[in-house]
Amino acid sequence: MALTENTKGKSTGGLVVTQAKPVTTECWSCGAMRAAHYCQECGKVQPPAPVDYFAFFGLPYKLNLDTAQLERDFYALSRKIHPDINAKGSDPEQEWSLEKTSQLNDAYRTLKDPISRTEYLLRLQGVQLEEQSKAATEEARKTGTAKKQVVPPDLLEEVFELNMQLDELRASKKLGEDDPGHERELQDAKLHLASKQSDMLKELNATWSEWDSLVDRTSSGETIDESERAAVRDRMLDVLNRRTYLRNLLCEVDDVLES
Amino acid sequence: MANERIVGIDLGTTNSLVAYMENDRPVVIPGEDGLNLVPSVVALDERDQIIVGNAARKYLIETPERAVYSVKRLMGRGVEDIQDELKLFPFRLAGDLAAGEVLRIKLGNKTYTPPEISAFILRQLKRNAERYFGAPVTKAVITVPAYFNDAQRQATKDAGRIAGLEVLRLVNEPTAASLAYGLDKEETATVAVYDLGGGTFDISILKLHEGIFEVIATNGDTHLGGDDIDNLLIAIALDDIQGDLGLDVRRSGEAVQTIRKAVIEAKIALSSDEQTTLDVELADGKRYQRVITRQQYEQLIRPVVDRTVGPVRQAMKDAGLAARQIDEAVLVGGSTRIPLVRKLVEDQFERTPHADLNPDEVVALGAAVQANILAGGSEATKEMLLLDVTPLSLGIESLGGGVVKIIHRNSTIPESATEHFTTGVEGQTNVAIHVVQGERELAKDCRSLARFDLKGIPPMPAGLPRIEVKFLLDANGILHVSAREARSGQESEIEVQPSYGLTDEQVEGMILESFDYAEEDFRQRQVIEARNEATTIMAALEKGKKSPAWDQLTSLERNNIGKLERALNTVLQQDDYQAIRTAIDALNQATMHLAELMMDTAVTSALKGQNMETANVGEGPASPHPIAKAEIEQ
Repeated sequence: MALTENTKGKSTGGLVVTQAKPVTTECWSCGAMRAAHYCQECGKVQPPAPVDYFAFFGLPYKLNLDTAQLERDFYALSRKIHPDINAKGSDPEQEWSLEKTSQLNDAYRTLKDPISRTEYLLRLQGVQLEEQSKAATEEARKTGTAKKQVVPPDLLEEVFELNMQLDELRASKKLGEDDPGHERELQDAKLHLASKQSDMLKELNATWSEWDSLVDRTSSGETIDESERAAVRDRMLDVLNRRTYLRNLLCEVDDVLES
Repeated sequence: MANERIVGIDLGTTNSLVAYMENDRPVVIPGEDGLNLVPSVVALDERDQIIVGNAARKYLIETPERAVYSVKRLMGRGVEDIQDELKLFPFRLAGDLAAGEVLRIKLGNKTYTPPEISAFILRQLKRNAERYFGAPVTKAVITVPAYFNDAQRQATKDAGRIAGLEVLRLVNEPTAASLAYGLDKEETATVAVYDLGGGTFDISILKLHEGIFEVIATNGDTHLGGDDIDNLLIAIALDDIQGDLGLDVRRSGEAVQTIRKAVIEAKIALSSDEQTTLDVELADGKRYQRVITRQQYEQLIRPVVDRTVGPVRQAMKDAGLAARQIDEAVLVGGSTRIPLVRKLVEDQFERTPHADLNPDEVVALGAAVQANILAGGSEATKEMLLLDVTPLSLGIESLGGGVVKIIHRNSTIPESATEHFTTGVEGQTNVAIHVVQGERELAKDCRSLARFDLKGIPPMPAGLPRIEVKFLLDANGILHVSAREARSGQESEIEVQPSYGLTDEQVEGMILESFDYAEEDFRQRQVIEARNEATTIMAALEKGKKSPAWDQLTSLERNNIGKLERALNTVLQQDDYQAIRTAIDALNQATMHLAELMMDTAVTSALKGQNMETANVGEGPASPHPIAKAEIEQ
């Protein structure tokens, strides 16, 4: 049976830049004007609506995010909509509670992590992250070679040396020999890579601020040229790709060291 | 019933318990024998009656072919997964098992699936609770090892249903334990729960924050526990017995069970003593004895204990925490009484672990706390909320046998993922989906959960249909799947074929078989108890009629008593325990004055030097007159 998997992720096409308005309609139960997720008057959980993760928390589409506040919101919402709290509700209430809490958990997990938050925003912006990686995988499969990732230029020299060290340590481990020299070299390299990784996070942070200021300018009524947005997106993508490369490299080093 | 009690149940490999939240404090409900622990042993007696718990233990030795223990190891598993288990445990599988069929265990001439055997244990716990409350119990929270997969969880839920219990929630054992520990604490802390039981090991890392218990990471091994230590000691004893006494008793179920019992006693002794003697009395008056020192013992069991280190490290890594960032380590499960285990936990977390609560009971107590939360909460639990995670990643088999992960391990549940599928051939009307659980790259190395067939897809060119499949892990960690063809908006029909486990129809059948007699049981017992009470009060009344106090009553009172006595006699002929109780209460009320008068006579007689017995009041101060509910010691 043929089974083809389509793309994950949403491609909304349109650009989301302004803040989603929190939904305030009548509570299905008491008729009061309610908050989006539960009624402020009677506390009843409200039916789920398909919203993106930023909108779920009533957040602007910005990347600098107060994660401590996000955690507080997550706990506060959990206390109202979690299935355990609504265990005595009617059948539809229990179903909504389950559905909404799974939305809440998805949204919180995605937004609290800086990388997944950035990726998510890019995806909302119509950037098809999986496609890029998938295309590379397809290419590798067709040509029968290992999936090659482009080495970021600033890492070229280091990666070359590291690969040699990895090979040598693998070889000596295979023979069951201790190789403290190479092991130490790799440990040093690992530390260096880790510091590069934190540099990259700083770089990513810089692109966040660029993005956020575009959002601010849009909400104050300014018209932003699409090419300006695209440029920031491309910079973010570039940092993310280099980071992924670095992360895979670090995993490889860990594997060899722990083997 | 509006205010029905929800109990918390720890369905353990070795022992099971039922607990309940009584006035802001969870308590374990004892069985009829007064003991809190119900051994997870099920036997079939000579008359083919099911026996559970302590009473079933003697069958393990006397008629091992009619008894089973540690059945939790078989929950949600297929024949091919349990080959190792079969070498170590005396499970007798039915001979006619077909491939892919749910296991069936032989007890005497009958066979039962693991969920049915677990249901016998659950039913016993249900009865214990009903006896304790004097009212039916139909709702429960049941605990499962955190590392249980979907099939094992489903099997546990099925067992509950078969036992006539609505399972409101499956709670992970280490998480439940943390609830019991966290009852009186409000602070913010990071806690590691190390749970080594009879057959399973779990490690969970939690963040406690103002009553929210948030699990950050969990890991474990569903086949690692005290049983494994027992098996090591049994193997040594069997070798010794063959070497020293020239006896090969490996095939004698009776002898192996006798050795097992002795080994467990030795194991327990070695948790407090520096040495002990393994002492086994064999048939024909032969006896095997061997001194085991703590040191030898620790050397022997170290490999088993060390197997917990991998999961501990993985959980810490997943949580992104170092040992010094853990504020408290908590010990759960009977096997954490072993000093070597405590030492290991101390080393791993660089601190002395807590074991303030009884490690055998803490999980059941926590289940009772969760039951209380689900029932709407009380003063003690109103701020408490549990946020648990799924222990294993969920994936779909892709072309070429790989796995596309759709839900990652340690994601907070409930959790959902939506995937889109399409067809590969023109006019194709169904698509098969294989869902697996596990961390490995290839589908064949993961645990197969289910195969779904998406049917009724409108015929379209290849690649055109867009089938949206929604996977939802609920708060029990159990998967639900729904599908929709997005282009036509048509709900696709899904046929779920669980890879291991009972179908809904099978469970329904088992419920019908067992439910009737479980309910009948309860009613019967209530009738018997009510009749006994009626007999007691009637006997007391007969005595009362002969006492001088009877004549002091007004004729109206005497008539009324007579009328109510006849009414009680009438309802006694029927099987309605509520009617009997009502009649008893009425008669009790009417005889209150008589009882008081008799009491006065008794006290006067006592002052005159007569004892209570000759004063014809009853059996003395320790047992007050059944008519009078008043205290006698004045």
